[in-house]
Amino acid sequence: MVALPRGGEPSPVEQLVRRDRLRWYELLPWIVALAAFFLLPDYLELGTRVLNTLLFALSLDLILGYAGIVTLGHAAFFGLGAYTAGILGARGWSEPISGLIAAGGLAGLLGLVSGVVILRTRGLTLLMLTLAILFMLQEAANKAGFLTGGADGLQGVTIDPILGVFSFDLFGRTAYLYCLIVLFLGWFLARRIVHSPFGRSLTGIRENVVRMHAIGADVRRRLITIYTIAAAMAGVAGGLLAQTTQFAALSWVSFEMSGAILIMLILGGSGRLYGAFIGVPLYMILQDVLSRLDPAYWFGWIGVLLIAVVMFARGGILGLGDRLLTALRRRA
Amino acid sequence: MAAAFAIVVSILFHGLANAMILYIIAVGLSVTLGLMGFVNLAHGMFAAAGGYVAVSLMGAGVPFAAAVILAALAVAAASVPLERLLYARLYGAGELEQVLFTIGLIFVSIAIAKYLYGPLAQPFIAPAALTGQIDLGFRSFPTYRALLIVVGFAIIVALWLTIERTRFGAKVRAAVDNRRMAQSLGIHTDRLFTLTFALGSGLAALGGAIGAEILPITPSYALEHLVYVLIVVAVGGLGSLRGPFYAALLLGISDTACKYLVPELGAFFIFAAILLILLWRPHGLFGRV
Repeated sequence: MVALPRGGEPSPVEQLVRRDRLRWYELLPWIVALAAFFLLPDYLELGTRVLNTLLFALSLDLILGYAGIVTLGHAAFFGLGAYTAGILGARGWSEPISGLIAAGGLAGLLGLVSGVVILRTRGLTLLMLTLAILFMLQEAANKAGFLTGGADGLQGVTIDPILGVFSFDLFGRTAYLYCLIVLFLGWFLARRIVHSPFGRSLTGIRENVVRMHAIGADVRRRLITIYTIAAAMAGVAGGLLAQTTQFAALSWVSFEMSGAILIMLILGGSGRLYGAFIGVPLYMILQDVLSRLDPAYWFGWIGVLLIAVVMFARGGILGLGDRLLTALRRRA
Repeated sequence: MAAAFAIVVSILFHGLANAMILYIIAVGLSVTLGLMGFVNLAHGMFAAAGGYVAVSLMGAGVPFAAAVILAALAVAAASVPLERLLYARLYGAGELEQVLFTIGLIFVSIAIAKYLYGPLAQPFIAPAALTGQIDLGFRSFPTYRALLIVVGFAIIVALWLTIERTRFGAKVRAAVDNRRMAQSLGIHTDRLFTLTFALGSGLAALGGAIGAEILPITPSYALEHLVYVLIVVAVGGLGSLRGPFYAALLLGISDTACKYLVPELGAFFIFAAILLILLWRPHGLFGRV
């Protein structure tokens, strides 16, 4: 049934459709990314890394920002994806797209299994369980040296040209566009999820679990579903990094990695899909600049920034922008 | 047979020394978590601070025991303004904010430690009387670790008596059980929390200082040992004194055994075991539901 418009007011359906419509500023990141490709050819390597991390941060936003699952173990999925794609590449399966699918699939499977097991807990226990899974994976990657290269990292990854046509060039042009396309697909999927009824119900779970239970939503199944999707997406991000750098490192499956991605997301603002697009480039450029200015202590400044964000700017930079906008509007 | 026995004794001995240090460092976190529900990932930085202050004092000629005690007192005193100015602002905040804030604190503390003391581990110099071996009849043990176990037990007994037998302890227990009720009975829970926080930080500093031989004092101490501290608390159960003790025993001894018997597997089994324990009892072995 289609609701009829009443006296000029948009109908509820129209309001809902309008709310989720694509807006002009949502195209900005893509314009910037394409402009960077043509204008900053010397920075393509950093750019590729940023796009890659963006996908990772986006996957974290789905579970942290929307479903409200606080995790310190998200790097487990990233690392599993990286090692899957990397090991496939090192062992003769060099076709990139199927390698990426395998990376996402395996990480998603781990997300599903671990989600079923750990998502019934909350608070500190959940935090510890996500950490335990991360460290188990890290130890496994560290000790299975015959497969993963252990502490030295995975060497000798070879990747075929994409679709048999576009080979990875020395300047990183193919890698950049490859990451950009995968990120776009990931963003499109995330946007669809977030604006779907399922995505709305996740926000409901984040805001008030008890009420969601009360209205009959199957909370646990929804959480497991989004956890699996986010894990697969993180796995794809890890696989991308392994394929574009032809390497996989133990530090990608670490607490530091989980913490860094969490910080990037929070810096930009979580639970709004675009926080990652602000936080990730900002963090990585800041890291690049600070580590050159102050190589020994740059993370100390990141720490100060993090404390400041928590104390004075909850909601990150986008949250600050929101508040600024409302203040300006009120004055006008 | 005799060789197997020697290995078991050795594992138990070193595991016990390990467990003592872990417990003394982590117990403060358990109590503050139980009291205010504050997820303080930066608790390990108090232990590191204790180690650093003790090393500096000893460098200035203060004898070992005095340096350790002074370090614990100094860190406890320093934790009060930190708690009042920063932590207290986040008591009502969500778990995520607390996690992020304390990760930020860890980063800052690492940078400060690196700036003041450099990136290398601090040399641990036990007094000459405590180095060497002590003969216990059937075999000999390193004196310092034997002393560590004895001192550890003494501290634990003192702590338990404080919490179980004094008025202050009764208030803490009441507040952990039901903070609102305790408040309405006229217990000043804010002040109580500051005191408990200082006590926990001081204990952590003490553990960090006397345990510097087992857990070397480096700038990234808080990060490196974070997981072990968290495991002790989560497996033991929040707000409990007994639980973390058994958890520390379990962790200290099994960690030593793993490193001794199956070094090629590393810590994999430890984390697998923690996963299983927490799934079986999400609130820890001795946690209140």
